[in-house]
Amino acid sequence: MDHTPFILATYLGVALLLAAMIAHAVWDSRRVARRLQALEERGIRRRSAATVADDRP
Amino acid sequence: MTASTPRQPTWFDRLAHPGNFLRWSRPLLLPFALATALVFAIGLWFVFFNSPADYQMGDMVRVMYVHVPNAWLSQFVYAAMAVSALGTLVWRHPLADVANKAAAPLGAAFTALALYTGALWGRPTWGTYWEWDGRMTSTLVLLLIYLGIIALWRAFDDQLKAGRIVAIVTLVGAVNIPIIKFSVDWWNTLHQPASVFVAGGPRMPPSILTPLLLMSLAFTLLFLTLHIVRMRTEILRRRAVTMARQAALEEAR
Repeated sequence: MDHTPFILATYLGVALLLAAMIAHAVWDSRRVARRLQALEERGIRRRSAATVADDRP
Repeated sequence: MTASTPRQPTWFDRLAHPGNFLRWSRPLLLPFALATALVFAIGLWFVFFNSPADYQMGDMVRVMYVHVPNAWLSQFVYAAMAVSALGTLVWRHPLADVANKAAAPLGAAFTALALYTGALWGRPTWGTYWEWDGRMTSTLVLLLIYLGIIALWRAFDDQLKAGRIVAIVTLVGAVNIPIIKFSVDWWNTLHQPASVFVAGGPRMPPSILTPLLLMSLAFTLLFLTLHIVRMRTEILRRRAVTMARQAALEEAR
């Protein structure tokens, strides 16, 4: 029995899901950073901090 | 009657304060990401170019190098979530439910990969993609628990309330972890018993153990890196929600 298709399917599937996990983490982080920036540009500040600039992802 | 003095924050309180976490975790991201890429590169070189085919399974042994790390992580991530659930319920720790929420999708992905790679490993070696044995069934239950926890997080707008409910569900679900671990000892199964962390040392040669440990380290580093990124994102998301709510209240006045 040729095992190559099983090994290829395994590593391809793992690579695809890992790439999706990394891409989602980066995308979500940038989306939240943009949302915070938009709030700051509207002059909105947290009561407990003057700026969130140091805390960006 | 004596006046009570407020408790001074300990080093751990300061370290785990969300604002401080954002500051000290930021410089860790690049080294963690680089270490993950480096260990994956070395591990994959061992897997494909510097490890022998198994005398029984042949080249299918190479599937083990991704299946076992994902199976380990599926349980490790859940154990970490159970500890964070204790942090939420017992100590009301501000980072505990953030850690739980950030880890759940990662744990679900590792569990799904363990099931996927296991099915592809099983077909040529056992003659079947799936068997309702103790190890596979309890791992499928773990995936369903992860998905339930993710759904619970999304079901509540109030994340503090969600955190407490999820913490209880997480602790109840933790009973499944020893079931997965000992399923191969308790019931008849196609899976082999533990062969790495056993009394007397690993029951496999260094040529196979080395790539297995390297790939396990690579997947663990990937989890830690993504977990830090996702925790930072969750803290900032909560800040954005608070700021938007604050702005809406001020506009309404």
